[in-house]
Order: sequence, then structure tokens, then C-alpha cells
Amino acid sequence: MQMNDNTFRPKIVAFCCNWCSYAGADLAGTNRLNYPADVKIIRVPCSCRVNPTFVLRAFGRGADGVIICGCHPGDCHYTSGNYYARRRMTLLFSMLDYLGIERERTRVEWVSAAEGAKFAQTMNSFVETVTKLGKNKRLEDLRCKK
Amino acid sequence: MSENNICREDILRISGVDTRKCMRCGKCSATCPAYDEMEYHPHQFVNMVENGDIEALVESPSLFKCLSCFACIDRCPRQVEPAKLVEAVRSACIRRQGHNHLSADAIPAILDPDIPQQALVSAFRKYSE
Amino acid sequence: MQRIGVFVCHCGSNIAATVDVKAVAEAAKHESGVVFSADYQYMCSESGQDLIKDMIKEHKLTGIVVCSCSPRMHENTFCKAAAAGGLNPYMVEIANIREQCSWIHKDMPSATAKAIVLVRSAIAKVTLNAPLTAGTSPVTKRALVIGGGIAGIQTALDIADAGFEVDIVEKEPTIGGKMAQIDKTFPTLDCAACILTPKMVEAAQNDKIRIFSYSEVSAVKGFVGNFTVTIKRKARYVKEDLCTGCGLCTEKCPQKKVPNEFNLGLDNRRAIYIPFAQAIPKIATIDPDYCTMLKSGKCGVCSKVCSAGAIDYQAKDEFIDVNYGAIVAATGFNPIKVDKYDEFAYAQSPDVVTSLEYERLMNAAGPTGGTLLRPSDRTHPHTIVFVQCVGSRESEDSTKCGKSYCSKICCMYTAKHAMLTREKYPDTDVYVFYIDVRTPGKSFDEFYRRAVEQYGVHYIKGMVGKVTPEGGKLKVQASDLIAGKQLHIDADMVVLAAAIEPDKTARPLATLLTASMDTNDFFTEAHPKLRPVESPTAGVFLSGACQGPKDIPETVAQAGAAASKVIGLLAKDHLVCNPCVANANEMLCSGCSQCEKVCPYGAITYSYKEFRMPDRTTKLRLVASVNAAVCQGCGACTVTCPSGAMDLKGFSNKQIMAEVDAICK
Repeated sequence: MQMNDNTFRPKIVAFCCNWCSYAGADLAGTNRLNYPADVKIIRVPCSCRVNPTFVLRAFGRGADGVIICGCHPGDCHYTSGNYYARRRMTLLFSMLDYLGIERERTRVEWVSAAEGAKFAQTMNSFVETVTKLGKNKRLEDLRCKK
Repeated sequence: MSENNICREDILRISGVDTRKCMRCGKCSATCPAYDEMEYHPHQFVNMVENGDIEALVESPSLFKCLSCFACIDRCPRQVEPAKLVEAVRSACIRRQGHNHLSADAIPAILDPDIPQQALVSAFRKYSE
Repeated sequence: MQRIGVFVCHCGSNIAATVDVKAVAEAAKHESGVVFSADYQYMCSESGQDLIKDMIKEHKLTGIVVCSCSPRMHENTFCKAAAAGGLNPYMVEIANIREQCSWIHKDMPSATAKAIVLVRSAIAKVTLNAPLTAGTSPVTKRALVIGGGIAGIQTALDIADAGFEVDIVEKEPTIGGKMAQIDKTFPTLDCAACILTPKMVEAAQNDKIRIFSYSEVSAVKGFVGNFTVTIKRKARYVKEDLCTGCGLCTEKCPQKKVPNEFNLGLDNRRAIYIPFAQAIPKIATIDPDYCTMLKSGKCGVCSKVCSAGAIDYQAKDEFIDVNYGAIVAATGFNPIKVDKYDEFAYAQSPDVVTSLEYERLMNAAGPTGGTLLRPSDRTHPHTIVFVQCVGSRESEDSTKCGKSYCSKICCMYTAKHAMLTREKYPDTDVYVFYIDVRTPGKSFDEFYRRAVEQYGVHYIKGMVGKVTPEGGKLKVQASDLIAGKQLHIDADMVVLAAAIEPDKTARPLATLLTASMDTNDFFTEAHPKLRPVESPTAGVFLSGACQGPKDIPETVAQAGAAASKVIGLLAKDHLVCNPCVANANEMLCSGCSQCEKVCPYGAITYSYKEFRMPDRTTKLRLVASVNAAVCQGCGACTVTCPSGAMDLKGFSNKQIMAEVDAICK
């Protein structure tokens, strides 16, 4: 990131499901609700499309935090996708924790298409948490540097 | 629990009842065999606890007119369990006397003379060590 | 190598005010594969779209990125423009720099920096896009309606009206359902049979409608437009084509002690029977549980009296396979069993009846011929107590068999019963105990008020706590919450407004259809507000009370709505499928079947395929294949696959990885 000052800005990757959370993020925009520019959203059809390897890849490439947003339990457009996501990520996050990536750097949140305010709020609190933790050192050391 | 005032939260905690589940159908009062003896009827009891009007219940002889037959608990479509509230208020009332259980001497002093036997049994069963 | 064009939209000042669009367009030029990059005032305008078309031709673009508003807004517009320019519409990616950038950030440098990252990630993705073609699948122009009540009949009539063939499968020997058992209908009080039976006849005589009565759905295969349904035609031991419905056998049958389900067991029928006079089809059916000929081989009276020779004791269940394009579930409801409510003494006294039983007792074709008589001693009741909400609105941890929802129809039919009773027998005292009277609906509240004001029905806010049969009377103990009194009424009859629940056949049917249900076994709709008559499973539609409690007007309205959705589907010759679907790489697939288990649509099947081995032999291997017409593209299978054989078109592993990389650069 080309920031003028030298204060730390985290890199945050947000996976948002197309039907609820991505629409929720759009609503946050329509309502002009602020959240830090550090959050970059990747659109996926459903939270269950998020392969754990995507999360690992993000951390491998220097992301400081990864958040996965999906429809509320019971509201999944594909009936059950968010349940799969929840289980997979629970396992993945505990493994990441074991590897030394703090639990606070990963999160699964349910944001509906109507919850623009919740989306902004979630992103604000997540960025704040990750900023406090500082740069994600451990995996950055592990990754190949050119 | 404060010395003198029994609050709504205490009653809810002791009884484990959620008074907000009540839909005011009145089936508890419809089913109550001691209805005509009471000043406050089961559905009112639930409502008064909900409103925090505990002192009136403690003062009322209705408190010990309840037979503890638990018919209201069985019939309540919303599982509110009014009889458990009655028992909780009784318990709180007894504890306020400074006891954790009912002593035999104290009974005539604090209670109505023609208290139904079953209520006594219920109280003893629950609060005697 | 891809040749990518980038278009950065100003959106007036919506984007340009906080994002330096020129800098974004300039930055995009330096990305690999980008051969054209420009900014423009309004990309979605006619001239903006023309710019896309022209640049595709001029620069021989193979992929484009539009940096604009949310793809939920204009993705379609730009895909169409790209297609008009000769590009595959799936070679378009949108970088959302309005909703997710310019509108939420105030600081220009950081917003511009973010926009550049978003564009970079979109470029990285589009580089890996592959042209996709939406497949098509043919539509079988025939619909199946499961359930022959008013919902099913109305749906079938409406579909047939549009010129499509439709079959009704009904598990009972006749169509008609619950409405056939009802005496009068609220709020107009016209007789149910008078308005239902013409519809039944219309269905029977319509040459587009086939009725499979006494039949059940036993298997469903296929997908939207192409279902194959196995229908079990239960043995009725009477040849349908020969039976004339004369009814002689039903008079001569010596087995007279069979509870008559049409009258809810309030009287008896024979072992061979026609459910009611206006039954459709009017064909006799032998009840194998009671027929002595079928049980012990001794009797054969019906066979002797039947001049048409229609009786066939050797009949067996038959299974037939039929192809359909659409399926409508119209399985309806039943009142719950109220035996568990000891306090109402339903099991102890025959004079405590449910509302549906009361309906039969009032009906001219019912067990009492329309005269209201107590079931116990067949005398005229003078005091009748109606109890509302029996089993409805109970808490979810209820130990009885109660339901947490409001059954919706009880307030109105109880008002109807009370009113009709007072009208026919003004000497009766009628009490209705209610918790709330819920009468939303056209002319509904007026109807209820009429029962109170004109007919003098006693409505009492409170509940009945106990019913005790004593000396030929029913002692009713109840509360009157307004008066603050406990009431004791000596009643002659007590009528319970039992909650309604979905028919027991709905749950296994939902499993066959892979349609989803809620915890109460009501079918769930695709969207509770905007798609109320469609199931989330494509090609499956919902009609009537199988979706939730409904009265007759609502049921008929929903039946028509379901029919119109079916017609919309059947009117198409081909269905265009979403091309962003999963596909399995057969070379990588190990045949573990994990993906099949997670697929919510049953889109994945396994089959053996022949593979050439390096040593020139062939080998049979089990591999997954995705039915593109059924797959909705959620991607659950792609993550489950342990060998990485499953991928999702349009959102492939490589594409998402590339996006991640671009963002983390």
C-alpha cells in the first residue's frame, strides 16, 4: 500500500458470499458507512466456496487478517453452505492458531443483505483488532521472498 | 438478596421461570382447584412477578393457599410453570425471616391459620435440610 | 496470452470525487496482459457501452474489466455489451470501486490506492477466465400434482387451462381432500360441497387431466424439466375401467363394522366402499384390512352382486413410471390428535369432539343426517363449549404434541360453528373460550362480530382448564379473565379447535423431492416473501396448506400462483442453465463420493468410466460427474474434494487464488 506515513496498515482479505454479505457490503456503501480501506473483498458464490487453502494462501502472501462472511445460519441461498463453511473454518482456525497465527486474525461472521451497518461495524472492529496485533510476522517469515 | 426487599430477579432466579413466555391465556387459572380461595390467581401471579410487584404477593394470604398440586404446570401451553413462582416467593419470604428453612415454631406466626397441609408439605420438602 | 481492456467509470462524481480515476486507469496499463485502459464518465450509458463494443473490436480484446458500481447492479449490462461486441459474456469482470471504495472512503489517496488493488485483482481474475456457454436442457411438457384436495385440484385445473397435461396423484380413493368433509365455508357460509364438487367433476372431465386416485409417489428421479416419477397404484381390488359406481356391493357387503374415515369414525362403513356420494372417481374400493374374502378367502358377496364383473381379489400394487417437467406438492394438512390432552377428556367422552368431527355432525350427509345430536346418546345438546387453540401456540419445549405456530383457521371456523349452531338451534347456549380472536382477512372480523352481536354467542377471554364427564354432562372448569372469575359450566358437548399439522406423507415426499422443510414439516418456500410458491429445489412448487396453515381462499389463490409458475416453466422448450457450475476433473477424481454427500441438490452422480492406462490397457474407474442442469454453483463440493478434482467454473481455485495474490501483493 502506498501510504504517506509510516503507521502500520494491515492487509485484510474478506471473502463475501454473493447473496448476503456481498450485498451487505454494497448496502454499507449505499449508506456511506465508513470502514478502513485496508479491507479488500473477494466475491464468492457461497461461504462454502472458501477453500481453506485460500486462507492459507492469503497468510502466505502476507495478509494480516482474513475474514469470511456468509448468510446467517438457516438463510443460506444454497440451504446448507454456511454450515459447511462454519465447520471447515473452525478446524482451520484452530490449526492456524497452532501454527502461530493468532485466533484474532481470522473470523467468520454472518452478515445478511440487509445488514450494511453490521458489515461496516464488523470490518471496523476486525481491522482494529488486527491493527493492534501488528504485522503478521510468522508466516511472512515462512513465505518465499523474491 | 437484600435484607428486606425481594426483587423480581431473585424470584426468577430461584424459580428458573421465564415469565415473558406467558401468552396470557389463563389456562392456569382455569385449571386451579384453589381458585376461589385466592386473592391473586395463578395468571395474576405470573403477571405480578413480571411487573415486579412482589411485595403484594408476599403479603397476600394467597401465597399459602396454593395447594402445590402443579396442575397449572402440567396444563400451561407455554411451560411458564406458575406453581414454581409460588414456591420461589414462599422460599424468598421464608429466607427473609432469616432462615434457610421453615422452623415449626415460626409457622403459626407468619402464616395463615388454615394453611393447606399440602402447601406445608411442599414447603418442608423443598426447604428443610 | 489474454488481451485485456480496462474501463474505469467516473459515475459522474460518485466515483471520481474520491477516487483518482485517471491514476487508476494509468496504473491498470502497467498490469500484465492489459492492452487498453481508459476512464469514462458513465460506463453504463449507451455511449459507454458502445465504447466497450468498439474497443473489443479495435484492440481484439479477449477479456475486459469494468471498474464501476457493484456487479449486482450492472454486471449484466456489461456482459451484454461485451457479447454485442463479439466477446463471450463470461469474459467480463467487475471491480467494485463505488459501493466498496469511493462511497465508504473519504480520503482520496487511500481510496485510489484501494481502487488500484481492486482493479489489479479483477485483472488477475479475468486473465484466468474461460469462455463459458450456458447449456440447455429440454422440458417435458407435463406436470404432476401430488395431492387431490382443493389446492391440487385448482392447480391442476389452471395448468390444464393453459393447455398442458397434468396428472393428479391422490392417496385416498377419491379426490376432494379436507374440503369435501367441511359443511359450510366462512365468511359467506356457502356449502363446501356445492362449490367443491363442480371443480372435482371439471377435473375428471378435463381431457388434459389424469387422476391417479388411491396412488402414491414412490420414487422421483431427474431434475427440473426432466423428472421421472414412479407412481404406486395401490391395489383397490376393483377394476377401475369396469366399475360403474352403482354402489350395490357397498350395500350387500356383510362386513358392516368398519370405522368410516370420511366421517372421522363417527359411524361405520362396509369393507367395500365409496367414500361419499360425489366421490371422483366414483369407484368402489375394498379395504384389505377388513375384507373377509381377502383375509380368509371366505365371502365373495361383492363379486357375486357385481353385474359388471369388476371385482378382482387377485389385484396387486402396480408401479408406473411417468415423465414430468414440473412437480407441485399439495399434500395438505390434518388436525393433530388431541388424546394427549387429558384435561379435555377427549378420550373419555364421545361428547368431546374436534372441530372437524363437529363439521360432520352438522353436515346433511354426515352420520346424523345434518341434525346436531350428541354422539353419546343422540340427544339434542343445549350447552356447547368451544375451546380454541388446542395444541396451537404452545412453547417449543411442550411435552404434549402441541405446535408453536398459530393454526390460523380455527378462530374463523369456530365463529362459523358457533353462528350456525345458534342459527339452527336458538335454544342452545354457545360459549367460545379464546386467548385472542385472530380474524385478519376480508370480511372476517365482521363475521366474528356478527356471531357475537347478532347471534349472541358468548365469547369469553380465558381458557378451559378441565373437562370432567359426570352424570351425562361435561363439567367444564374455565377462567374468565375479564371478569376475574373461575367459571363452572355444565355442558352437553365440548368442541376442541385442534391445531393443524402437515400431512404425515409430506416428510417422506420432501426427501424424495430433495425439497426442504421446516421443523414443523411444512415445506419451505424459495423466498418467504418474493417466491412463496416455489420450493428452493428447481422445478418443485408448493400449493396449499403443505406450505403453512391456510384457509380456502388463500389456498385457492396460492394454487393458482403455483400453477402460473408451472405454466411459465412448461411454456419453455428449453431451460438455460447457469454456466457457473461445478465440474469434475475425471483424471484427478478418486471416486470417494464425498462431493455427492455435500451436494444439496443431488447434482453429482457416480458412474464407472473406461480409462486408457499408460500401458495401453483400459481400466474401469468410478468417477464423479456433475449434472449442469441441476447444479446451482454453490461450490460446497469443490472444497470437500480431497483430491482437488472438483472445481467451479467462473470461480475456479486458480481465479480466487490469483485474486488473493493480487490483493496481498
